[in-house]
Amino acid sequence: MTIVNKHTSSAPAGSATQTGTEIPMVKASNVCKSFGHVEVLKGINLEVRRGEVMTLLGPSGSGKSTFLRLINHLETLSAGRLYVDGSLVGYSERNGRLHELTPSAVQQQRAEIGMVFQRFNLFAHMTALQNVMEAPIGVRRENREVVRKRALELLDRVGLSDKASSYPGALSGGQQQRVAIARALAMQPKLMLFDEPTSALDPELVGEVLDVMKDLARSGMTMVVVTHEIGFAREVADHAVFIDEGVVVESGSPAQVLTDPQHPRTKAFLGKVL
Amino acid sequence: MATISATDRQAEPVVKLRHPGRWVTYAIGVVLAAMLVNTLLTNEKYGWNIVGHYIVSGEILSGLGKTIELTVIAMAMGIGLGVLVAVMRLSDNPPAKGFASLYVWFFRGTPVFVQLLFWGYASALYPRLGLGIPFGPEFVTADTNSLITPFAAAILGLGLNEGAYMAEIVRAGILSVDRGQTEAAEALGMSRLRTLRRIVLPQAMRVIIPPTGNQVITMLKTTSLVSVLAFPELLYSAQLIYSTNFQTIPLLITASLWYLLMTSVLNVGQHFLERRFSRSDRAGSRRAAAESRIRSALQQRSEG
Repeated sequence: MTIVNKHTSSAPAGSATQTGTEIPMVKASNVCKSFGHVEVLKGINLEVRRGEVMTLLGPSGSGKSTFLRLINHLETLSAGRLYVDGSLVGYSERNGRLHELTPSAVQQQRAEIGMVFQRFNLFAHMTALQNVMEAPIGVRRENREVVRKRALELLDRVGLSDKASSYPGALSGGQQQRVAIARALAMQPKLMLFDEPTSALDPELVGEVLDVMKDLARSGMTMVVVTHEIGFAREVADHAVFIDEGVVVESGSPAQVLTDPQHPRTKAFLGKVL
Repeated sequence: MATISATDRQAEPVVKLRHPGRWVTYAIGVVLAAMLVNTLLTNEKYGWNIVGHYIVSGEILSGLGKTIELTVIAMAMGIGLGVLVAVMRLSDNPPAKGFASLYVWFFRGTPVFVQLLFWGYASALYPRLGLGIPFGPEFVTADTNSLITPFAAAILGLGLNEGAYMAEIVRAGILSVDRGQTEAAEALGMSRLRTLRRIVLPQAMRVIIPPTGNQVITMLKTTSLVSVLAFPELLYSAQLIYSTNFQTIPLLITASLWYLLMTSVLNVGQHFLERRFSRSDRAGSRRAAAESRIRSALQQRSEG
């Protein structure tokens, strides 16, 4: 099925001026991904505009996490084109042919995209502060003192300035996830990807992570969020996309998709999670 | 009020279960020990006075030093090779992967004793070694026996063999690190080498270090095989002495006592290493996490 990207009028504060020629932050055209014979994504088309928060919803196994991982080339796509900020992810296109990028070029692309994982994946042998400082120093070769100052500010922003010297094992799940967000932000990314950031958390810890994400959305960060938190999607997202069996089933404003779904599969899914 | 605490339980008299089996075992042990002491003291062929004479003699101590030297150098080579081969085996470079697998297959698949003999007899296979272009001119050549001395043969034999075992230990360590750690590093734009050095290997150490300690102990004893290359380490030094004075048993005991002393020292070290690394970050951190959770729960309650 073809998807008409119905832009909602709620342009978030701090986003670039909306013009017809603006390059979208993420543009997927006919993105396909197969693992062996299993087709996980069957032609995804969508656009994420600058400063926009997009939530990807859908049953588990629908391919939404895979799509997120394609955006920073943790997975390689099987067909189609995926652009971040106007440049092709993982490839360069010359004379109509795709050329694989060198590892260092891929690393440069990834360095500009922050990613937050379901299982936090904080470096277990480093303190919260070391986790946040590692990539700016190691990848960007930034000055240690500058990075330290920024890292402490970020930890403060996620409400964990008193945990700077704690190891991940000594932090609760919610605290770990907030450090993970700070770690991604330390690279000053232009895009943040969230892969079910609250799914591994005890229910009482979900709120603190969502609060940090809401704050980030308000600051104008472009975000793509795979989540089951319908409340978050309704409150924060500019755009909601429902994916099932590898295709975009429904796309539009959260009010539209979540409150007044048109497609029976969306209705069935929302009926189960709400 | 009616609950019984641990101290109450101790205060209450309890008839302890009897263990007659233990007393029987003690009795048997005492008899066997008496027999052992008796034979050690009365069988003069043990030659304790000769043991006492040679145990701190110059030749034996020099052999002891060479044994330690071999152990240290061969282990260092084994660890270096092990890390290299493990990384090659886990890389996505097909020839590197294949070469590493072949290396491990060959050096683990043949006895180290045979490998040592091969290095010792290298000159029979290649009388001269040269550096040059295949089928073309040679730049430098040298007599194999002058290059591969007994010491070099020992190091090559022990080190290359150890490299294969260490490669498997390091590989297991690397694989023990959660895949999510690598993914997080990749997502931050870190290179593969940097991810390995900064993220994976430090966390793999917990799994790598205890078996490596074991390998050191094994290596210390395995160096005795080098005696076949006529390299005067501890065992060969003892053999040299008994080949002239025919006091075979006392000199083997002398060497054994030194091996036993050294492995005992290493065992103590191993014990501390294992205690340090089995007190895993996880157990400690779980406790800390529980503590912090309780603290925050209490805080919330007082706030709410």
